[in-house]
Amino acid sequence: MDTIRPSTDAPLRLGKRSRAFKRIWKNWQLYLFILPALATVVLFSYVPIYGVQIAFKNFIATKGIWGSEWVGFDHFIRFFDSYYFWDLMLNTLGISIYSLLVGFPIPILLALGLNELRNGFFKKSVQTITYAPHFISVVVMAGIILAFLSPETGIINRFMVFFGLQPIAFLSEASWFKTVYVFSDVWQNMGWGTVIYMAALAGIDPQQHEAAIMDGASRVRRIWHINLPGIAPTMIILLILSTGGILNVGFEKILLLQNQLNMDSSDVISTYVYRSGLRQAQYSFSAAVGLFNSVINLIILVAVNWIAKRKSESSLW
Amino acid sequence: MKRESTGDKLFITINAIVMFLVMVIVLYPLIYIISASISDPMYVNNGDMWLIPKGITFEGYERVFRNMDIWTGYRNTIFYTVVGTLINLVLTIPCAYALSRKDLEGRNYIMVLFIFTMFFSGGLIPHYLLIKNLGMIDTPWALLLPGAVSVWNIIITRTFFQSTIPRELEEAAEIDGCSNGKLFVRIILPLSAPIIAVMGLFYGVGHWNSYFGALIFLSDRDWFPLQLILREILIINQMSDSAMLGGAEAKAQAEQARIAEIVKYAVIIVSTLPVIAAYPFMQRFFVKGVMIGSVKG
Repeated sequence: MDTIRPSTDAPLRLGKRSRAFKRIWKNWQLYLFILPALATVVLFSYVPIYGVQIAFKNFIATKGIWGSEWVGFDHFIRFFDSYYFWDLMLNTLGISIYSLLVGFPIPILLALGLNELRNGFFKKSVQTITYAPHFISVVVMAGIILAFLSPETGIINRFMVFFGLQPIAFLSEASWFKTVYVFSDVWQNMGWGTVIYMAALAGIDPQQHEAAIMDGASRVRRIWHINLPGIAPTMIILLILSTGGILNVGFEKILLLQNQLNMDSSDVISTYVYRSGLRQAQYSFSAAVGLFNSVINLIILVAVNWIAKRKSESSLW
Repeated sequence: MKRESTGDKLFITINAIVMFLVMVIVLYPLIYIISASISDPMYVNNGDMWLIPKGITFEGYERVFRNMDIWTGYRNTIFYTVVGTLINLVLTIPCAYALSRKDLEGRNYIMVLFIFTMFFSGGLIPHYLLIKNLGMIDTPWALLLPGAVSVWNIIITRTFFQSTIPRELEEAAEIDGCSNGKLFVRIILPLSAPIIAVMGLFYGVGHWNSYFGALIFLSDRDWFPLQLILREILIINQMSDSAMLGGAEAKAQAEQARIAEIVKYAVIIVSTLPVIAAYPFMQRFFVKGVMIGSVKG
């Protein structure tokens, strides 16, 4: 397309720069379309990135971000030296790796299974029902978890008693917290997680399957050799994205489920930032903890993307 | 179609059973909540009601509807959802269209500016201080403006425009001397109904379900969205319930606990109903949104 168009400009032999300017001028209204969204992102995303310098300062509200004095890496060192640093790190990594190990493969298996269902109505029903919990708000979800897991009245414990087991106070025992968090997430999001894989499966050339059937390949073999490689690029992209957010655990849900009794295993970096920053107003220190979190995330994302790029075709950039 | 081998038949059967079990696992809690909301809490609490409503009563719903906090929360949430989503759409759709135009000089640089924010942020504290400095605390702006643009949604919308609007349309408009503004309003917008629906739903459900912004930025109860009220009813009450109580106090609080119990399930239904009721109609739009996004993530 671009090779045809210059015919109108070429005879004028305009300089490269004035031609670029002309192209910008021609589309000036399009820049106006972008301006409000860009301004919003600059204000609410880039200004806080500029403001993160308070992590290296002793922020005093009256002096403002710029006027407060520099203290270098003091806040970071205080955080690394604190006794709870390793607790926070292990809880954060523990919850996210546990979520990844359980939550990543399940939608894939579910999508592969759904794809094999030939009864259209049954398939539609499973899809519609399993997608639904995705739209439940995190507050309601936490409310459901608390109600279902209550040791005295919760239905799960009623079932356990019915089958002769001891009731468990799931949310008062620190050791259960991660499991509760991970499996409630699986319940809520496994169906929705299949959507993107179903799209990828729909894009696989049916001729591959026809050829494999001719060769006498069983269904399991066809899933293994055709469907799985077919969705592999999607899997890699989603894996990169979720490892990039490995320290961004589901903060909002954890905050709601956290209590004094399960704190040992539920306190993660982001809930700690919330508590020390907003509840105790240690702005600079908490900003440092938050920045540490963001930087680690970015490093992991770049690293995983780099590995994916070298080992396979798929990568984010 | 070739006939299935024995192995394949076995596989199909096992697969169907597993899928059926998955469906039951997801469906059961949903049915349980509906049944519990219209059952006598006594039967709910002792486990007698486990599937079908027992001792049918609508006391829970009556109490929910008599609770002024819930009405105020409802009103506020509708306001945040409608106004917030309108702001989202006005910012997202034109921006994504402009970024979909290949003849837009410097569009890759602008995209990088947007995308970078998906992977790195200043974090909670600088964000909070910014909102504070802007004087937005305790105003609805704190819930409407900071999330006004989702970069992910811009990418999805841009992909939609790139794959549905033919280049020739824009060239023809240019030859006819039609300005970009006119082109967008007269031609592009009427063609964008599907993506506007998808984006309206993505953003709308987001507003309806969000609580954290309100938790940190609002202290005036008159502005509380429904989710914050729910947090009080479902989470904070529940916490104090399960804390250990002394014998005499326990009896005094027994009635309060019974009320909390009966309200709990009704309030879940009442707050989630708008989303769930619209869900069967919205489902294909949501799915479409995810699929457009997956074309080139």
